[in-house]
Amino acid sequence: MKARVFVTLKNGVLDPQGKAIGHALNNLGFASVGDVRQGKLIEIELAETDEAKARVEIKEMCEKLLANTVIEKFDIELKV
Amino acid sequence: MKSAVVVFPASNCDRDAAVALEQITGHKPIMVWHADSDVPDVDLIVLPGGFSYGDYLRCGAMAGQSNIMRAVKEKSEKGVHVLGICNGFQVLTETHMLPGVLMKNAQLKFVCRPVGLTVVETESVFTRKYAAGAHVEFPVAHGEGNYVADAETLDRLEGDGRVVFKYAAGENPNGSARDIAGILNEKRNVLGLMPHPERVCDPLLGGTDGRAVFEGLLEALG
Repeated sequence: MKARVFVTLKNGVLDPQGKAIGHALNNLGFASVGDVRQGKLIEIELAETDEAKARVEIKEMCEKLLANTVIEKFDIELKV
Repeated sequence: MKSAVVVFPASNCDRDAAVALEQITGHKPIMVWHADSDVPDVDLIVLPGGFSYGDYLRCGAMAGQSNIMRAVKEKSEKGVHVLGICNGFQVLTETHMLPGVLMKNAQLKFVCRPVGLTVVETESVFTRKYAAGAHVEFPVAHGEGNYVADAETLDRLEGDGRVVFKYAAGENPNGSARDIAGILNEKRNVLGLMPHPERVCDPLLGGTDGRAVFEGLLEALG
């Protein structure tokens, strides 16, 4: 099974990198660009075949290491 | 006073810390490798500056999960003093030994220069040798020193006298909330700060403002 973990900043946490990307896009002429937020995508291959178990395991990984839950949230996507 | 300095892969201020400790306490600190699972019996553990594990994932995140940090956390709970400088501060927030997070500097640039600080709180073994409100200058060298915590945590830190160092007015180099440069844990035996006191302990290095941190520890811990 493959897991894709999206780690992004929680709403309300200032993201200066996202802001810089937004400015750069504006400078390139993409006038419609509004707020930009930057995050991380982590792909994990798992030996686990049970989806529910895999989800529990990945959630634990997120809480222990992959995300700093003080400022970040995470979304998990599983593909069998 | 017996001390130890933890060395992570890509720590780069471990020797600066060791030199400062030896000069001021008269004893060589024990250098402890990150893969070790135990810290020798010491009075002070220093988590040095650097870029542990290449700052992969987040600054201090990998170091926070290392064998040695489990031991450091246990020791700190038993009252051993811990001083985290720069990357060491980041590691302390990642292990939740200190609240909040150090995010990328607000202006997105690495800052490396001396910065003026105010010693806000002197009721700690780390700052007891300073005069309250003293202005000191320590170098900073970091890309992720922007201290962030929710308003409630910030109020609690300030209310409990746990913000020990603040950037002096107009000198905040990274956008830190309320100009916070260094904070204590609730038990007041763990200090994390972004500026480098160990780099200003010898006049040859341009200043001695940092000596009082180690002198205070020596006085308090024997």
